[in-house]
Amino acid sequence: MPSVSELQEMYEQAVTARRYEERLQEEYLEGKQPAFDISAGPIPGELHLAAGHEAAAVGVCQHLRDSDVVTAPHRPHHVAIAKGVDLRRMTAEIFGRRTGLSKGKGGHMHLYDPEVNFACSGIIAQGCPPAVGAALAAKKRNTDDVAVAYLGEGAISQGAFLESLNLAGLHDLPVVFVVEDNDWAISMPKGRVTDVDDGSRRADGFAVHGDRVDVDDAVAVYEAAGEAVGRARNGNGPTLLEVQVHRRMGHFMGDPESYRPEADAERAEALDSIPRLEERLRAHGVEDDEIEGIRERANDRVEDAIVWAKDQPQPDPEEAYEDAFTQQPEGWPERPEVAATDGGER
Amino acid sequence: MAQVEAPGPETTDRELTMSRAMVEAIRSEMEENEEVFYMGEDVADYGGIFDSTQGLLEEFGHDRVMDVPISETGFIGGAVGAAMQGMRPIAELMFVDFFGVCMDQIYNNMAKTAYMSGGSVSVPMVLTTAVGGTYNDAAQHSGTLYGTFAHLPGMKVVVPSTAYDAKGLMHTAIRDDDPVVYMFHKRLMGLAWMPAPEGPKTPVPEEPYEIPFGEADVKREGEDVTVVTLGLHVHRALEAAEELAGEVDVEVIDLRTLVPLDTETVLDSVRKTGRLVAVDEDYRSFGVTGELLARAAEGALEDLEAVERVATPDVPIPYARPLEEEVQPGVEDVVEAVRAVR
Ligand SMILES: Cc1ncc(C[n+]2csc(CCOP(=O)(O)OP(=O)(O)O)c2C)c(N)n1
Repeated sequence: MPSVSELQEMYEQAVTARRYEERLQEEYLEGKQPAFDISAGPIPGELHLAAGHEAAAVGVCQHLRDSDVVTAPHRPHHVAIAKGVDLRRMTAEIFGRRTGLSKGKGGHMHLYDPEVNFACSGIIAQGCPPAVGAALAAKKRNTDDVAVAYLGEGAISQGAFLESLNLAGLHDLPVVFVVEDNDWAISMPKGRVTDVDDGSRRADGFAVHGDRVDVDDAVAVYEAAGEAVGRARNGNGPTLLEVQVHRRMGHFMGDPESYRPEADAERAEALDSIPRLEERLRAHGVEDDEIEGIRERANDRVEDAIVWAKDQPQPDPEEAYEDAFTQQPEGWPERPEVAATDGGER
Repeated sequence: MAQVEAPGPETTDRELTMSRAMVEAIRSEMEENEEVFYMGEDVADYGGIFDSTQGLLEEFGHDRVMDVPISETGFIGGAVGAAMQGMRPIAELMFVDFFGVCMDQIYNNMAKTAYMSGGSVSVPMVLTTAVGGTYNDAAQHSGTLYGTFAHLPGMKVVVPSTAYDAKGLMHTAIRDDDPVVYMFHKRLMGLAWMPAPEGPKTPVPEEPYEIPFGEADVKREGEDVTVVTLGLHVHRALEAAEELAGEVDVEVIDLRTLVPLDTETVLDSVRKTGRLVAVDEDYRSFGVTGELLARAAEGALEDLEAVERVATPDVPIPYARPLEEEVQPGVEDVVEAVRAVR
């Protein structure tokens, strides 16, 4: 069981992540009213928010340290927050600013913070092989670091994931695959795209440990992840851990969700993990005003990050030509030299 | 089906968005031929993230408008197999940037089977895919990759720029006995949430019609400079031509298909103007614009006075607006390039 202080930490991360997504939603939609135009408003591009996924982030990351590696998919904010990614610079990145984690080049699906070994890929399941690679590096170097790859339940039918499971199992690598099962892959309900209800059973075919947490509960995740991370740290190989979460918002902002029964959204609301975590705190004797204090701190932190980010400069257009290589060849990339051709006489 | 002369866009007042025109052709082919079916992620209830299958589920049901797992190797390879059995599947790769997870099925199976079998096995399928940037979807969701697909022999490659072309090219694609990659630009589809420029929404005749592959379309006639392009940049080139009107008389050629490529129409124009500007949204190096310049040099060197190309520099597409705008070839870039060859 997590200690009271661990519970408080998890709660703080969870409410920070929740608040963050709610505030980003507001910011994103600004300038997109009344008609939604993906190119308008202060936040560029697509936005996949993770409200309702917090338990999977905080329950697992509570067991991790900075040197452990995490890869996240297209819906990364909650995991980034739980892993300790710099919130100001992450927010600046999401707003496309020069002082963002990637100088505005990456965006919300491509957050990288090497300080805490966090990386993303927006291509389904493609964070799995690099997590296996990080685990391989840890094993070769004899550290007791572990790697965690996050993916959605829709991603467990992708080859890269299945190949990763096999490779990790074969070499007993210290990696944990965390499947966030929110029942949906955009508009496709789980039952339409796989006959296997419990995704952790995918592990069986690779002789890897599989486990599933059926309730959207940070403490239950904490327990299961404690075993999985412990197994990896102690050299006893990988785990596939599936966790039930809920999608409280559209797949991406602007998703009309016309495919989704209203009852499903109501269910997501009713099964929310944050009130449950709050109950746990109360059961441990944490007073309401302490809980309120944590919430306020979280809100302040989110607000600080957003205000800071919005105040940051836009990148200079010329910076587009930097960083494709760390050792960029001279004169690269070739730039069009307008007026270079001699038009000659006709 | 008997080939009939395509009715021109002038035969009707009915205007459609590019997505509706594309879907109309798919619907008509599905009605005509039970062996045509559609597979992709979010193509059923959602109707395609970019409206590529809007309304098809209601008419044909989940058996023929199939949502599939996020297993592109599995279902695109599955389309190849069904096509080898003589069916006419259409498989959708949601964004062309995802080709990386399934390229073996595309490149080694879909594209090479006809040749490797000595012509005894054909693969009559269509691979539809969304391409292009302009809305800050960053490095993994903004590519066009025109040159990548056109470079690899064995697949025909189609890139419509208007609703009229989208419909005719889709009819031809589904009826073609070879694999066709049908690349539709997101910005042109007429999505409620991503406003299209003026231009792609055109009159579209109700009846089915084919647009033959390998026939470029001169979208604007001009005497001074030839601009050759495709997809979104047809509209940017037309805008540039409009801006230059009175100063430079620009001819704008829309390739419409990359494989086969209508070299003759390009050369005819270059022989007339002597000045060629090749424009696209793909990477500058080893791509479509380089190919166009090479063909002009091979076929009309004597007439060629000056060339320029306008393309995306060789960096992954950045996220922030000022950065993406910098690398996206814009109307002004085309204007400058035309002036430069003048
Ligand atoms: C290889 C690949 N195919 C398709 C997509 C488009 N796509 C982005 S998110 C998504 C659904 C993912 O569902 P799931 O893994 O369950 O995660 P969730 O979005 O529900 O968190 C799809 C199909 C992609 N990014 N990469």
